Amino acid sequence: MARYLLRRLAFLLVSLALASVVLFALLRMLPGDPANALTAVGASPEQIAAARQSIGSDKPLPEQFTHWLGQLTSGDLGTSFVSSLPVGPEVTSRLHVTVPLTLAAFVLAVLIAVPAGFVAAHKRHTWYGTLLSGVSQLGIAIPVFWLGMILIAVFALNAGWLPAGGFPPDGWSEPAEAIRALVLPVLTIALVMSASLIRYVRSATLDVLGSDHLRTARALGASFGQAMWRHGLRNASVPVISVLGIELASTLLGAVVVESVYALPGLGSLLATGIAQHDYPVVQGVLFVSTLAVLLIGFVADLAQRIIDPRLRGRLSGGAR
Amino acid sequence: MRINKTFLYGTATAATLALTATACGGSGSGGSASGGAWDKNATVNIGSLYEPQNLDNTAGGGQGVTEALNGNVYEGLFKLTDEGKVEKLLAEDYKVGDDGLTYTFTLRDGVKFHSGKQLTSQDVKYSLEKVIADDSQSARKSNLAVIKDIATPDARTVKVTLSKKSISFVYNLSYVWVINSQAKNLKTTEDGTGPYTLAKWTRGSALSLDRFPGYWGDAANNKRVVFHYYKDATALNNALLTNAVDVVTSEQSPDALDQFKNNQNYKVTDGNSTTKLLLAFNDKAKPFTDVKVRQAVSSAIDDKKLLESVWGGYGKLIGSMVPPSDPWYEDLTKVNAYDPARAKTLLAEAGYGKGFSFTLDTPNYDPHPTAATFIKSELAKVGITVRINTITPDEWYTKVYKNHDFTATLQEHVNDRDLVWYGNPDFYWGYDDKQVTQWVEQAEEASTTAEQTELLKKVNRKTAEDAASDWLYLYPQIVVASSKLSGYPVNGLNSQFHAYDIKKKG
Repeated sequence: MARYLLRRLAFLLVSLALASVVLFALLRMLPGDPANALTAVGASPEQIAAARQSIGSDKPLPEQFTHWLGQLTSGDLGTSFVSSLPVGPEVTSRLHVTVPLTLAAFVLAVLIAVPAGFVAAHKRHTWYGTLLSGVSQLGIAIPVFWLGMILIAVFALNAGWLPAGGFPPDGWSEPAEAIRALVLPVLTIALVMSASLIRYVRSATLDVLGSDHLRTARALGASFGQAMWRHGLRNASVPVISVLGIELASTLLGAVVVESVYALPGLGSLLATGIAQHDYPVVQGVLFVSTLAVLLIGFVADLAQRIIDPRLRGRLSGGAR
Repeated sequence: MRINKTFLYGTATAATLALTATACGGSGSGGSASGGAWDKNATVNIGSLYEPQNLDNTAGGGQGVTEALNGNVYEGLFKLTDEGKVEKLLAEDYKVGDDGLTYTFTLRDGVKFHSGKQLTSQDVKYSLEKVIADDSQSARKSNLAVIKDIATPDARTVKVTLSKKSISFVYNLSYVWVINSQAKNLKTTEDGTGPYTLAKWTRGSALSLDRFPGYWGDAANNKRVVFHYYKDATALNNALLTNAVDVVTSEQSPDALDQFKNNQNYKVTDGNSTTKLLLAFNDKAKPFTDVKVRQAVSSAIDDKKLLESVWGGYGKLIGSMVPPSDPWYEDLTKVNAYDPARAKTLLAEAGYGKGFSFTLDTPNYDPHPTAATFIKSELAKVGITVRINTITPDEWYTKVYKNHDFTATLQEHVNDRDLVWYGNPDFYWGYDDKQVTQWVEQAEEASTTAEQTELLKKVNRKTAEDAASDWLYLYPQIVVASSKLSGYPVNGLNSQFHAYDIKKKG
């Protein structure tokens, strides 16, 4: 296990390094010059050159890249081209919105999807099993922003129970307001996410329901509940966990839409502004942090799978022995 | 005058991607007079789409920093009124030398910065130098480049010498913030003399201002002002509907107005804007080198119908680059007015009796695509084929603005007093008339505003007759506010939003 951990960590670091190269290169391929965004229009070529110099975009790309890597290793995400403010604190402050938003939505989605998916599989021949299955199918087709607008119209504009958007300026030092601000966004993400999760849970459960070992367990006298608890759920959870990891990662990155609909100052909105402004340090900072998060999520999901499923332990690291 | 930052970014929801200067509007007395008691200690919540990039207007703070801080936190020697007139603010008096080159300003006595320091001539000198410094990104930098020397004979006197006469000098000074010369970290903090101090700025979310107890003038009518920033116009309107904000500084779409117009809890005001929608020809590219072709195209488009379809009942028709709030305004809507028959005649005279076709570079955000489609169908009626080429703001900047690689384009021009661009033959639209260039130069070096106005009126008429561009319409400036509010700026010219006169009923 220790060996596996080391190898998995090494893999993570290599992925991160590769991702940072790709990220850096792709951004530089975008059309447009950040120096243009910095200078007033009508700026002389000298002014534009000075702007390039001040942000360092006049240097050769490899030099810019190593400079960035150097900063990264010392925990510095650089300085925004546009605002001339350090990127690190900016990203951190945005994480105070995006992380609670994503995690709460994720937990809620799992709480909805696991029981619902199980029921949809186990009771697939009943009307409500079919209904659950149908609703989740429909849910996959619903765009996030549309659901967000509907929820705002119903709960904020008409009922007036919750704010239509925004986040308290003082953030989490006004906990009640902060939580109220996140209720609808969390619900929006959770509903959309659970729709697809239900499908996965349902099919994983169906696989298990039809499996030999469950039938054997029943034949040996275990009740359905006992058999499912001891032999079914654990098996069903293996594929679900890998999907969960992917879902969590995509929610983190996909939060941009929800953040826009609900006017939340999160990571996604920072990314969108940064891209539009050619603010490379901001975009790189956000993407680097989210890449790291995604890789870590994958790491944890892999680890969780190995703990749950002992068969994987031999298999995945088998080649090394 | 320049293209504002927002213009270059083209964020998904950006609405005033435009040729704009962070120019000031007046602090006018918006809204109706307040009936009933108002709360002297109210918090006014303002909703806006323009968050500052940072808090320094010489370091790329953008349009948002003008909106939030100009006049509220920072003050200039002069300020612009709602009618576009220049009034003394921190300058108690000033004299212009006989040569028109030396300006002597006497500073108001007893003005304190928020840090407690007394305002002196050193601070004014520092502030002026900051705007014209090499690394300055101020919108007024090029206008103020005429400053040759700044002397401070005593603590209350500033003497500025210009390298050549500039009639707009005092007007341009209304854009210069007077900052404590010892202040640091101006990107995230402030030290101005205005009626409010900066309380807190949460990036991505909100900026709050508190009434400054040591203000030299009349105290603000409210205790606290919070600018709430939104990226999405719908989210902003929702905030107004749920009372999360009291006023929206500038509505960008008529679609949202119905929900406020027929609701007694809200007040919709239609002020004067300076934003013009232009069909800008490349006057150096065929066939628009020919005046007759430009006049024909201008006459072939029914601007009134276009304005109606984009803005409903709002907005105004203009016949030139000059909006009614500029001093040299004249109603020129009759010049090259809608007349398809005349358009056909002109085309025939120009040798395009069978029509021609051209590419219209169209920015990809509203209202340009709508306008492009309309223009296409109007011009088809006189035999001209329009190919619509949709481009991003970034492409527009590079292809059209920098490289002049276009035949015709659509663009919003936000500035007040931006007629003078027609005097620059190197500007993107390539209008080159020696007489106009001379008039514009003479106007700037004029001794009196009357003389300046007279010359610019000539420029106005000449460019209109030449159809240098086709000025499609003047945007409306729409402010929507809770009916509890009064005293807010309705003209908010360009991007300024003075909050100190706002009264809020309890």
